Amino acid sequence: MTKQPIITVNDLVKNYGDFAAVKGISFEVFEGEIFGLLGPNGAGKTTTLEIIETLREKTSGRIVVDGFDIETDTDSIKKRIGVQLQAAGYYPNLNLSELITLFSGLYGIDKSPMEMLEKVALTDKAKAKYKDLSGGQKQRFSIATTLINNPRIIFLDEPTTGLDPQARRNLWDLIREIRDQGTTVVITTHYMDEAEVLCDRVAFVDGGHIIGIDTPDHFIDELVASGFERKKQVKLANLEDVFINLTGKEWREG
Amino acid sequence: MNPNQSYSNTKATLAIAKASFRSILRSPSAVVFTLAFPLIFIIVFANIGGGGVTVDVGVAKGSDTISPVYKALKSVKVVNLVQDQSAEEMNTNLSKGSLDAIINIQKNNSRPPFTINVQYTKASAEKGNILRSVLSNIYYNINNNALKGTPPVAEIRESTIQGREYKYIDFILPGQLGFSLLSSGVFGTAFVFLSLRLTLVIKRFFATPVKRYSIVLGEALARLTFSLLGSLFIILVGHYMFGFTLVHGVTTVLNMLVLSAIGLIIFMGFGFTVSGIAKNESTVPPLSNIITLPQFLLSGTFFSVTAFPKWLQVISNVLPLTHLNNAMRKVAFEGAGLGDVTHQLLILLVWFFIIYAVAVKTFKWE
Repeated sequence: MTKQPIITVNDLVKNYGDFAAVKGISFEVFEGEIFGLLGPNGAGKTTTLEIIETLREKTSGRIVVDGFDIETDTDSIKKRIGVQLQAAGYYPNLNLSELITLFSGLYGIDKSPMEMLEKVALTDKAKAKYKDLSGGQKQRFSIATTLINNPRIIFLDEPTTGLDPQARRNLWDLIREIRDQGTTVVITTHYMDEAEVLCDRVAFVDGGHIIGIDTPDHFIDELVASGFERKKQVKLANLEDVFINLTGKEWREG
Repeated sequence: MNPNQSYSNTKATLAIAKASFRSILRSPSAVVFTLAFPLIFIIVFANIGGGGVTVDVGVAKGSDTISPVYKALKSVKVVNLVQDQSAEEMNTNLSKGSLDAIINIQKNNSRPPFTINVQYTKASAEKGNILRSVLSNIYYNINNNALKGTPPVAEIRESTIQGREYKYIDFILPGQLGFSLLSSGVFGTAFVFLSLRLTLVIKRFFATPVKRYSIVLGEALARLTFSLLGSLFIILVGHYMFGFTLVHGVTTVLNMLVLSAIGLIIFMGFGFTVSGIAKNESTVPPLSNIITLPQFLLSGTFFSVTAFPKWLQVISNVLPLTHLNNAMRKVAFEGAGLGDVTHQLLILLVWFFIIYAVAVKTFKWE
């Protein structure tokens, strides 16, 4: 993996009135990796993400995305990134194919809706409305809209929240595929097992600070080396493995 | 990605306009408010208004229905002869005013050959007077025919000039157009922008290179297209089915569409304001009603403003819909051009500045 930083965040601060949501965060995201921002609710993950996505003004600090400064070149950044928001809706009364056409127009490029839907295996839902999709399909469609402009980086905010184990695994495969095609992925999640298998590197955010950045493996090894032991004897499988084993691995629509 | 390809705001604006137009067409409430309601009102009022005045006259049992008097009465359009009621029913209906008079024509064996007994009612004095003059006209004609040869003392020569008939549809249709534009502009705009804001659709848009003005312009363009098509449809239905007067044909239609556009743009300003003030979707209808209902009732949509007491007319004459309606009627019925309604247009212009000043202050993006 090339260790070329594609996002550089330096001493980022965000205050909402008296409340400091982000208190001087610095980190780098490398080109071509899946980078996880982890932390409890209210830690400042979404705020940090939305500032990098040019959706929120920062209070202070410096951010460079793919060589463009967030302060002076928001338009160039918007053209180079794809954004999936937590809980965002889509234009009412339109089907998936029409929504893709709309987003193509917003990015000022011509993309065939079918080509985009094929990337996320939703061609058979081209005429369906977003609200009629299952949770997993909704997330996949959201990801399709982030890929329209062939972005250098995509941001996914809790894309797997509320999905069943099969849909989750299906989405992981999709995200890995996107990374393998050269797109950098920045993701937030509350599921540590997910971060462990999916992310190349993770940063832990708490109380507006970054309290650690490393590969998941390294973090785990470090903890074990410090003498940590699980209270319960670790077995070779966990209950989720049982679930997948019993219900089958294949992705289910619905 | 092709970073060298220049970004086109026009393309983005049109993409939003196209999406929004599709969405409006598929939203039942937009179609109902813009097309169905105005058309229903037009159909109802065109049929009520078209009949004019009728005088209901009960014909007493035993009346001589082959007498020339009866025949003459029957040929008068205004008079509706009622025969299927008993004497008792007729008396009650007469006292209630649902019959305007009861007539009893008797053939005599002596001179004069016919006696006409008419019972009027105080419950319907005006219509009684109409019947009175109809009867005296018949009486005069019949007697005159009987007395042929005697030179008349005076004669009446009647003539009717060829004029444009002002039908009720000519009044009601422009009002309904105004109503359609008002509800589409206020309710439609307010709902769309509020829901786009609450469901974070606009936020998602902001993550693309689209400009804010493209979003507003695209939405406005879609609504304008939809409402103008709606207006055109209402005008054509009114013209071909109900004889709505279009003095200069196509030119008049085009003038009306220009007025529709001006009206809609102003009403959308109210919509933007409501979407900014409203906290959630359930507060949109009451806020919108505060704006639309007074105009609906007081702006000459159904009744002429001149029918109101003076103090109410003062309020009417402030409302933008009043002036839009007045301009519409002048253009449609009197054949005025846009240059002849500058007074109305000026007042609308003032409204434009007021409402957009407020809208810019209250509008919220997120």
